[in-house]
This record gives sequence, structure tokens and C-alpha cells, in this order.
Amino acid sequence: MSAEYTADEMMSVAAARALGDGMSCFVGIGLPSKAANLARRAHAPNLTLIYESGCLGAKPSRLPLSIGDGELADTADAVISVPEVFNYWLQPGRIDVGFLGAAQLDKFGNINTTVIGSDYHDPKVRLPGAGGAPEIAASCGEVFIVLRQNPRAFVEKVDFVTSFGHGTGKGDRERLGLRGRGPTLVVTDLGLLRPDPETAELTLTELHPGVDLESAIAATGWSLKVSDSLSTTPAPTDRELTVLRDLEKASA
Amino acid sequence: MAELLSLEEAVARLVHDGDTVALEGFTHLIPVAAGQEIIRQRRRDLTLVRMTPDIVYDQLIGAGCARKLIFSWGGNPGVGSLHRFRDAVQHHWPVPLEIEEHSHAGMANRYVAGASGLPFAVLRGYTGTDLPAQTATIKPITCPFTGEQLTAVPALNPDVSIVHAQRADRAGNVQMWGITGVQKEAVLAAKRSLVTVEEIVDELEPRPGAVVLPAWVVTAVAEVPGGAKPSYAAGYYERDNAAYQAWDEIGRDREEFTKWLNELTGVKA
Repeated sequence: MSAEYTADEMMSVAAARALGDGMSCFVGIGLPSKAANLARRAHAPNLTLIYESGCLGAKPSRLPLSIGDGELADTADAVISVPEVFNYWLQPGRIDVGFLGAAQLDKFGNINTTVIGSDYHDPKVRLPGAGGAPEIAASCGEVFIVLRQNPRAFVEKVDFVTSFGHGTGKGDRERLGLRGRGPTLVVTDLGLLRPDPETAELTLTELHPGVDLESAIAATGWSLKVSDSLSTTPAPTDRELTVLRDLEKASA
Repeated sequence: MAELLSLEEAVARLVHDGDTVALEGFTHLIPVAAGQEIIRQRRRDLTLVRMTPDIVYDQLIGAGCARKLIFSWGGNPGVGSLHRFRDAVQHHWPVPLEIEEHSHAGMANRYVAGASGLPFAVLRGYTGTDLPAQTATIKPITCPFTGEQLTAVPALNPDVSIVHAQRADRAGNVQMWGITGVQKEAVLAAKRSLVTVEEIVDELEPRPGAVVLPAWVVTAVAEVPGGAKPSYAAGYYERDNAAYQAWDEIGRDREEFTKWLNELTGVKA
């Protein structure tokens, strides 16, 4: 594969590949929504996209700019109320994958989108807050996270647990009675991380083509564990790039 | 029976200083014009409730109308942060803003309890997060049948809820469609309600999937064409994404914001 592509394009393609045909996916706005819509166009035509605004089975022809974009409602199988989305569809565990972004992510896959800084009442930065994410992280069969990797985002411990990943390690989810498997995959612009089967600590399992291990380690705010079987992500195919670029063009 | 009033009259009669006020609309049908009328009428000490406080709440907060915000996601959708909200939380400008923070599921269930006439709602949520430690209105509860640990959140019963809809008839029956978020629950949970509408028609034609709020659950209806702009009203106009982007520049800077506010309220610089 000789096509030129950016690190962000590699990230979107790698994230999209994680979604299989026939799955149901609760989609966060931004990078997760881009990946989910790419998957639906590239290889998973029967992927059901669910947005928290109440759009079940949305099939947008362009990327939505917000969670309540009219395009999502116009193309959905059904538009339902927000209480119904959370109570009937998400809470009982009917949705296979929750696809989330994050402002801060720690080595056990806990997500912070609330405040930066240790004092909730006097934060360094006030972020938007939880939205639907805590229940998505708790109730979907599994959770994929997509975000750009840098030491400010990838921290040893998040300042605030907005959405629970694996807590302080393996077994925490079970102890708390959380039903889904939690984060099983983190996709970044540098590679892929997955929880270690023994400890649940996020471990680098794949590097994107051309990314060296040192850069991935330098971009991580904790001492990054690397899988013994570290492999290289297959580069985006021409078709994947074409579909992604068409989608972005339609959305500009 | 709902009264048909002008927006000015409706806000003057229904929204008082110190009230708990919910303006709902999930990206779609946001009652922006009503929010700006509250700013013009200089209401103070409001407890503002909204799942997704977006730019109209940034404006209300920046104008000093709010003492407290009850919410679950505060951002400029598709753009970034709300800078007036941030400034109030981080620097107490123009007045300190107390916050009561939930998740969407928690807020949605609080409205459901309010609309149902129950004191609280139950959900399987918040477990493992840091939210319960900061929010007094999130409490554990044990299921009396299975012993499962769940979460209780108290009902939200605003003094007044304000929503925007596509249509009403002359009797004050309201019809809305598309993404309808928690608007029905917010109106049913409130002591008083105001619905601004794109148009008042002689007769409401039935529409598949539409929500109808009968006139006897609505206090007042005001005809405000374009009342949701820059958000959108399905069937009437599209979201003005450029306005959301432009707000980022205005909201980011106290001086720019003050100029905007003076223009809205007719104060000469």
C-alpha cells in the first residue's frame, strides 16, 4: 500500500475496523461518530447507529455536527425520547458497543470529561461534563475509545472519573456490579491499546505503520506496557481512504 | 386552557426572580428567543435547569441571570466549550455559579419522576464514577425485591419549564415532532409552562410520531417565528452552524460578550 495518508486518517480507519457488520453501536459525537459512519459505509452496512438524542438506526449521508443534527433524525429508523433511549435501550444492555471519546484517559481506561485539576470546585479547566457517557461505559457490551495520544490526555490517573473503565484494575467492574465488559480497545493516532487480560492495564498491542515505539512511549503519561506480540496495524486501503475522504468532503 | 400571550408578556408573568427555570430542547427546538427575553427582563438568582446547557445558557449565565445550574453536559455542540459558563465556574464572573451535575440518564430520569408525580427515580447508573461524591442529589438505594444496589435521583419540578415547538392551535394545544428530547417530561414536571411556537394554526393536522401537549397542561403559548434560532425547527428551518461557531469568539472574551449583551438589551455603549 503506497497511498499517502495522515495519522488522523489512520486513526479513523483503525477505529472503524473495530466495528463489525450487524453490531449495534451507541455513538459519541466527534471522532467516534466519524469512525462509526466510516464503518457503515466501508464494511458494515448493517451497523446500527444509536445517538443519545433519540435517533435509532441513523444513516446520515454526512457527518453530523452535533448529537441532535437534523440529518440523524431524518435518516433514522425511529426517533424516540431521551428517557426512552437511556431506560429502554441502553440500561438493559441491548447495545453491543459504546464508542466514546475522552479528554483524559488513564491506564485502566477510566475517562474524564468533567474537570482538569484535583479540585472539583476550583478546577484548572472546566470541561463539558458527563452527558451520556457514564451509562454508556457501564451498560454497553463493550466500549471502544478513540482519542489522540499525548501525555496530557494519557495520564496515570484521571483527575475525575466521569465514566468508569476498569477502575484500579481487573475485577473492579465485577465487584461494583457493572454489566458490560468495559473498555476493550483504545484507538489512537499512534496505535492500538487493549487491556491486559491479567491486570486490565492498557497495553500497546499495535503500532500504526511508520510510528516508532519510542514516540508511543513518549506520548503516554504512564510507563507504557508493550505487548510481547506487538504488531503493525495494516495501513488504510485505497478503498478505506476513498470512503473516508468522500465522507469528510460531504460533511465540509 | 393555555393562554395565548406575547413572548414579553408570557416571560413577565411566568418567570420570577429566584425561580427554578428549565429551558429544554435537545439540539433541536431550543427556546432561544425565550431565553433572550429572560435576559432582557433582567431576571436574577435563577436556578437554571437543562440537560445540555448550550449557547443560550452561556448567554443567560454571562448576563448574570443564574445563581445555580443543574445540568448534565455543558458545551457548544459541535464547536467546543461554553466560555461564559467556564468563566462563571472558574472565576465567578459576573457572579458565582453553583453547579449540580448529573449524567444525561440521571437528568432524564429526574424529569420522568417529576412528570410522574413521584419523589424520585431509580436507575442503574453512576456506579464507580466520581459524580455521586460531588452531587448531593445522587444517592444509593437498595431494591426492596432483589437487594440490588441502584441509584436514586430526586424529581425535578421546575417552577416554570419553557420549550419551543412547531405549532399550536388557537386553544393552545401544542404539536412538536423530530427530536423531542425531554420536552414533554419538562412541561409535565413543571408548575407552570410556556411553549413558544413557530406558528399558531386553526387546526392541528395529525402527524405520525408527533408529541401533542394538550392545552390543559400548558400555561401559556407564544407565537415566536424563528424562536429556536440558531438551533433548528424540523420542517421550518435548519441549524445555523455558523452562528454556533461565531459564538465561540463572542463568548470567549468578556468585552466581546458585553458588547453582544448591550446590543441584545438595547444598552448604548
